[in-house]
Amino acid sequence: MSERGQRSSFAEFTKGFWKENPILVMILGMCPTLAVTTSAINGLTMGLAVVFVLTGSSLIVSIIRNIVPKQVRIATFIVVIATFVTMVDLFLKAFLLDLSKALGPFIPLIVVNCIILGRAEAFASKHSVWRSLLDALGVSFGFTVTLIFLGGIREILGMRTFFGRSVLGEGFEPWIIMLLPPGAFITLGFMLGAKNLIDRKMKERK
Amino acid sequence: MSNRMKMILILTLFACISGGVLSLVYLFSSPLIEANMLEERNRSIFEVVPGVKTYEEKMQDDLAYFLCKDESGSVIGIALPVQGNGYQGVIKLMVGLTPSLDRITGMAVLEQVETPGLGGRISEKSFQEQFNNISTHPAVEYVKNQEPDKENQIKAVTGATISSRSVVAIINKNIQKLSSVIQ
Repeated sequence: MSERGQRSSFAEFTKGFWKENPILVMILGMCPTLAVTTSAINGLTMGLAVVFVLTGSSLIVSIIRNIVPKQVRIATFIVVIATFVTMVDLFLKAFLLDLSKALGPFIPLIVVNCIILGRAEAFASKHSVWRSLLDALGVSFGFTVTLIFLGGIREILGMRTFFGRSVLGEGFEPWIIMLLPPGAFITLGFMLGAKNLIDRKMKERK
Repeated sequence: MSNRMKMILILTLFACISGGVLSLVYLFSSPLIEANMLEERNRSIFEVVPGVKTYEEKMQDDLAYFLCKDESGSVIGIALPVQGNGYQGVIKLMVGLTPSLDRITGMAVLEQVETPGLGGRISEKSFQEQFNNISTHPAVEYVKNQEPDKENQIKAVTGATISSRSVVAIINKNIQKLSSVIQ
């Protein structure tokens, strides 16, 4: 990415929301994306946990990028990432027990989330602290927004609620399948399709 | 310094820093986590045995339970913490019983890792409340896709029969165990 020349700071931050969206473009971190998005609040919590882990680890990785020998860089990055993930896990258990239970094993599993290691290896280990910070914030908030969308659609159609508040009347029969794993794949498929359709229309207009 | 030494040093350094940071976070959060767990236990006991004022922990033949008393100190029920396998992992429950064990007064799910949105819905109030005041003679049963019509029946969560069945099986097994221990 560095060979493409310097982007503006603003573009570095916003690219994670659309142009390099981790879910819709890079198709990374599919495991938590598909598994926890049964409701909007689960998506939001998962997303914020990733914001903390990704920002923290990108910051550290960027700071230490010149002192870590090439051969042990992945091991070092994983130690850094695992530290942040364990912190989030303990924090959720201490302050938000119910959400921690709802997300189950997927918080500890952030350790192996490709987005985190991917950004550390592809970006933070090659860029300055400031740009790594922007990149991490953009990508992780892009991840969060996409998860809320995905969780929101599944929650509305599967349980008639959005963030726990009733939005569709009693007359609407909930689509249980939206809460099942196939519902995640179906919704994600439509979101990917919609993203590509919008991109194509925008290109045509130019 | 040779590259090999540098590799070892750097990795060791980061592992140590990580260990140190996590010990600090753990030191700070573990009392909170423990308090959460205890509070949850208290809350679940008060929830499953209505009217309880104090409780006393009992241990008989490896089976722990809580003897629940009202203001005057007479026993009004028993809270039994139970656990067993669900669909994906261990389900932990608190079951409230009358002193004679012939009725369930309430049930609360303490921990489960069932599929979110499916088996996970055993944690929802509407599922747990079905256990209020049901009979344990004969043993508790579940029904699917219909409303329960007997005194010992509950309705399984739609699409999550295994989780519902596990909850019922865990409860029945442990009530049996408790009754053989107490009598």
